[in-house]
Amino acid sequence: MRKPVTNGIRIFLFILAFLFPLSLSAQEVDRSATGGAQTLEDILARQAGQTIDTTYQLEQLGDPESAAPSSADLGVLGGASDADIWRAYRWGETDLSVSSRTAAADVVMQDSGMKWLNFRAGPLRTYGGYLLLGMLGVLLLFYILRGKIRIEGEKTGTTIERFKPLERFGHWLLAISFIILAVTGLASLFGRVALIPLFGKEAFSAYAWIGKWVHNNISWAFMLALIWVFLFWVLHNLPSRHDIGWLLKGGGLFSKHSHPPAKKFNAGQKLIFWSVIILGGSISVSGLSLLFPFEFHLFSHTFSVLNNFGFDLPTELLPHEEMQLAVLWHSIVSFVLIAIILAHIYIGSVGMEGAYAAMGSGQVEKQWAKEHHSLWFEEVEKANSSTTPAE
Amino acid sequence: MRMIVLATIGAFTIAFLAEAILENSGWSTAERTASSNVRLD
Repeated sequence: MRKPVTNGIRIFLFILAFLFPLSLSAQEVDRSATGGAQTLEDILARQAGQTIDTTYQLEQLGDPESAAPSSADLGVLGGASDADIWRAYRWGETDLSVSSRTAAADVVMQDSGMKWLNFRAGPLRTYGGYLLLGMLGVLLLFYILRGKIRIEGEKTGTTIERFKPLERFGHWLLAISFIILAVTGLASLFGRVALIPLFGKEAFSAYAWIGKWVHNNISWAFMLALIWVFLFWVLHNLPSRHDIGWLLKGGGLFSKHSHPPAKKFNAGQKLIFWSVIILGGSISVSGLSLLFPFEFHLFSHTFSVLNNFGFDLPTELLPHEEMQLAVLWHSIVSFVLIAIILAHIYIGSVGMEGAYAAMGSGQVEKQWAKEHHSLWFEEVEKANSSTTPAE
Repeated sequence: MRMIVLATIGAFTIAFLAEAILENSGWSTAERTASSNVRLD
């Protein structure tokens, strides 16, 4: 029969090991007894979420010292052990012949996939979802507190042209393609947790198949429209001295009777424009790397540039790791841009009287133009009066 | 509304064109990501 004191010490040590797991990683672990395989210390450290030193395992690939003697029954593995082979697979140290000539064909095993899967199914969905719901909540709150921003002066009943047909076509091509990409993209990320429980696996499977085709191919319309609007509007979106005043007054969005002067685009619209160009451009680049798998090495190149600025990022990435990082980057930047566009859609529709007409018909009420884009309105009026023949 | 319909038609026209061009170019994502027979030397 064991003494109670001995059992007590065992329990105390067990609890101590869980309370202070860091001390385990600090110890020099002797792996010779396990032939390089993991030890109890490794298992405890992994359970505690610590990084495990794997260099010993990496160095033991095909070590002749650890091979079985030639006199032994070697079987199909020869002098190598199962552990040797699996370790070599994991670290990409095997000499393989592969039937496919693709860049990633000779990568038999890569454990970064699990990190990618966990991040995609965990924080990406959670925080991305919170971001979009949070933005919808903020907009709802803004609508409740501020209400619809009305045209304050007396309406003139006459309009002026704000956007030409080609400008509006570019805008709507970008908008329609972006909405379709956002819906199909979100469905692919949240399908398993949100759509399958609602519609079942078969219905979702059909939708996902169509959604993937649409997402992949509509992306070209988005990229084309991105270039289109950039060329049409870049000059109007360069910063000007009026932008600071507009921003300091919050664009007059938070108080009535406040209309800071603005040209064709105010500072808020300029921020939206550059967000769309920069974030949309980044989404396009990562999207292209996903459309043409294993062709680009975006992240290894980016990381090597960043390392020049003091970062310590890995520059030798497996082809699959490149794709996994591209998926994550594509999703994160998309979440941010969707949140920004939700605010843009709100202020361009239900949030402000007369705003939708600018992109709807291209014609805006003169009083609206005078209040929200006074400098641009003056320019247009001046140009119109100079071209109108005297009576 | 007319411009939205036009842009939607435009977006899908570009999508179908893009797919046709890619297919005719010989690019194949399926081939690019095909599984492979592996032999350990």
